[in-house]
Amino acid sequence: MAKEVKDFTEVNKGLTEENAVLEALRCMSCVRPTCVKGCPVGIDIPAFIQKVAEKDFEGAAAVIKADNMLPAICGRVCPQESQCEGACILAKKEKPVAVGALERYVADWEREHGTKLPAVAEPTGKHVAVVGSGPAGLTAAAELARFGHEVTVFESLHEAGGVLTYGIPEFRLPKAIVKAEIEQVKALGVEIRLNHLVGRSVPVEELLGYDAVFLGTGAGLPYFMGIEGENLNGVYSANEFLTRVNLMHANCFPEFDTPVKRGCKVVVVGGGNVAMDAARVARRLGAAVTLVYRRREEDLPARAVEVKNAHEEGVEFLCCANPVRIVGETAVEGVECVRMEMCEVDASGRPKPTCIEGSEFTLEADVFIEAIGQGPNPLLVSMIPGLERARRGNLVVDEDGRTTVARVYAAGDAATGAATVIWAMGSAKTAAAAIDKALKEE
Amino acid sequence: MYQVEDATQLSENVYQIWVNAPQVARHARAGQFLIIRVDETGERIPLTISATKGDSVRVIYMAVGKTTELLATKKKGDVLADIVGPLGTPSEIKNYGTVVVIGGGVGIASTPIIAREAKEAGNHVIGIIGARNKDLLILEDEMEEVCDELFITTDDGSKGVHGFASTVLEGLLKERTIDCVWIVGPAIMMKVTSRVTIPYKVKTFVSLNPIMVDGTGMCGSCRVTVGGETKFACVDGPEFDAHQVDFDSLMQRQRMYTDEEKEAREHFHHHDHHGGCGCCGGKH
Ligand SMILES: Cc1cc2nc3c(=O)[nH]c(=O)nc-3n(C[C@H](O)[C@H](O)[C@H](O)COP(=O)(O)OP(=O)(O)OC[C@H]3O[C@@H](n4cnc5c(N)ncnc54)[C@H](O)[C@@H]3O)c2cc1C
Ligand SMILES: Cc1cc2nc3c(=O)[nH]c(=O)nc-3n(C[C@H](O)[C@H](O)[C@H](O)COP(=O)(O)OP(=O)(O)OC[C@H]3O[C@@H](n4cnc5c(N)ncnc54)[C@H](O)[C@@H]3O)c2cc1C
Ligand code: SF4
Ligand code: SF4
Ligand code: FES
Repeated sequence: MAKEVKDFTEVNKGLTEENAVLEALRCMSCVRPTCVKGCPVGIDIPAFIQKVAEKDFEGAAAVIKADNMLPAICGRVCPQESQCEGACILAKKEKPVAVGALERYVADWEREHGTKLPAVAEPTGKHVAVVGSGPAGLTAAAELARFGHEVTVFESLHEAGGVLTYGIPEFRLPKAIVKAEIEQVKALGVEIRLNHLVGRSVPVEELLGYDAVFLGTGAGLPYFMGIEGENLNGVYSANEFLTRVNLMHANCFPEFDTPVKRGCKVVVVGGGNVAMDAARVARRLGAAVTLVYRRREEDLPARAVEVKNAHEEGVEFLCCANPVRIVGETAVEGVECVRMEMCEVDASGRPKPTCIEGSEFTLEADVFIEAIGQGPNPLLVSMIPGLERARRGNLVVDEDGRTTVARVYAAGDAATGAATVIWAMGSAKTAAAAIDKALKEE
Repeated sequence: MYQVEDATQLSENVYQIWVNAPQVARHARAGQFLIIRVDETGERIPLTISATKGDSVRVIYMAVGKTTELLATKKKGDVLADIVGPLGTPSEIKNYGTVVVIGGGVGIASTPIIAREAKEAGNHVIGIIGARNKDLLILEDEMEEVCDELFITTDDGSKGVHGFASTVLEGLLKERTIDCVWIVGPAIMMKVTSRVTIPYKVKTFVSLNPIMVDGTGMCGSCRVTVGGETKFACVDGPEFDAHQVDFDSLMQRQRMYTDEEKEAREHFHHHDHHGGCGCCGGKH
């Protein structure tokens, strides 16, 4: 029997104080800590864990905040198994120190006990424009503000946070936590102007008038499969489905005005974190959910914990299958799929899926959600003269985040393509340091 | 928060509202729209930018459901939670020669700004505005002022030509050379009217109005089929080459939430108090 999943409260509960201290005591305070190399923002992990062991949670928070302004978020959504924890020396022996859970504990403790802001340098008189308020934009803004620069963040939506707000659901990342961490960034003196679509509400000439520009516009452009029936009513991109629920609260319709098709039978296509989130949200809206993935279950790119939670919540996994056509008159009635077989390993190191002739079958469905990936939104970047883009529309940047246009920097998903929160933050931090250096040399 | 500077009723179900939104007003061009969220529990709805003055922007809308009915209750001095814009690609205005700008029903809202820019670009501008009856005609004065010639049509003959805009357009195409046509109105009216220009091979733009959420190219809700390709109306449009548009698919997608819209409206008329879901912390 699947767990009952009705509400949107957080699924994974945090550590208790006692467990946090016990876990912290497992850390060996390595002289050359491999875990730090695994963290894209280079938090001094042994130092903060040492403070947790001493029950100095305030001190622990200060250590973390020196490198990461969004710890309550990262502690929850970082794929720690392939980052800090995957690199922990104990990972090979028993199990790694639960760095993420400890970081989350410290951040939650601090939020409940009153937060201390890191020091802000003397004003430099330079003004930087940051486009986008996702993890990349927020990190760059916080860093630049601490260096003493005036920072204005422009965000096109009516709420800040990027994917943290409109994409990742409440039950994985409570919105109150996102809001609290954004307030921290604002407290450093950062101004966030919502409802400003740069390129439209702020013309490019005006943008380029700032002393420096940071582009953190993300990878919000949803890809569609391009199969027959895609415009039938009831077909969603995962972005739309998740935005309706997370940002617009369609799960509370009609108290909130934005509707969403809940469906009785929902089919989700894809195998990443976005697909898991869409499937788990659909379950919470009351539907029976089947997730269709073209490779094998062991090839699922989503984090193992998300797959496990999805299973527990009753999401059916249909692996080695791929939708080829959506059937229906005006609305979705079914999804025709083919079976896939795995051939020789391809360039990505995974077996290549090819469809088996004549293996078509149809799944009954009234909602179909496509979670097959996103690319950088081309709107603004196509308006800036001289800004070069590479394959799949990613911005061309050097190791410091410099684009091909002077004084314009970029990081996060806009530069790397859809990646992770912490990679967005890590690259934003590097770019902010480069911006600071350039502004101070002027 | 965005302050309402003026709000008036123009006809039975049609309202006009001026709102202070500098970031929209200063950069708006013909053919663009904005998105309004009336309050904290509100939906994001797109409305065409119909005029600008300093830091204010005007929209004209028909009260057809929950959000537009709620908007119609707003008066001077009230505030709206969010406005973002200008959104969409501006109209492709250039000196074509002689152009016809057609508005049907509330679609007339979009026409003076297009006509004005077309005029400024050096075109001879012919306006056609049509409605079911004379009481539903709006912005006649503004169109009169900016167009070189103006035709009025009503379905019931209560004013101007008895018939449709397409009838007048057909007549014009027979008589003289028309170089470009804009048609803004309900989807079915744009479909029917734009057919008239096909045999004459005249460039014809229509402004599509699919259901939107973000309006920035991030969700795909607004996807329309143009020339066999999928386009996002909020960023690639909303204006497209009429002769390439799949209007039937547009109209089908506009009806996606018919049941929910009815429910929202009933909820609006029976409750003046939100609550129960916990999303708003019981504040509303
Ligand atoms: C559903 C989902 C689940 C995910 N789960 C995880 C997870 O568990 N762990 C993890 O590490 N990663 C996860 N990711 C990936 C992670 O969220 C992204 O890698 C990260 O958010 C990228 O950050 P960013 O700041 O580059 O862009 P975004 O978060 O996309 O933010 C970009 C912001 O810029 C704004 N913007 C864009 N263009 C303009 C403009 N012209 N003017 C003004 N504003 C603009 C957008 O509105 C948006 O708010 C997930 C992604 C999704 C979609
Ligand atoms: C680019 C664009 C410009 C528009 N300009 C105008 C305008 O100048 N004046 C005007 O009166 N109307 C305009 N519309 C239509 C207007 O957005 C809808 O009438 C409005 O959203 C209805 O909301 P509602 O809650 O009052 O009604 P509902 O009961 O929710 O819906 C009534 C009708 O509006 C459509 N609709 C509902 N929600 C949306 C949405 N989020 N986005 C788009 N359409 C929706 C539905 O298909 C339905 O036919 C425009 C639409 C677009 C896309
Ligand atoms: S930020 Fe992420 S990768 Fe770095 S220590 Fe924290 S959980 Fe690990
Ligand atoms: S590698 Fe593991 S044990 Fe060593 S300091 Fe880092 S967390 Fe502690
Ligand atoms: S409204 Fe979301 S992409 Fe156009």
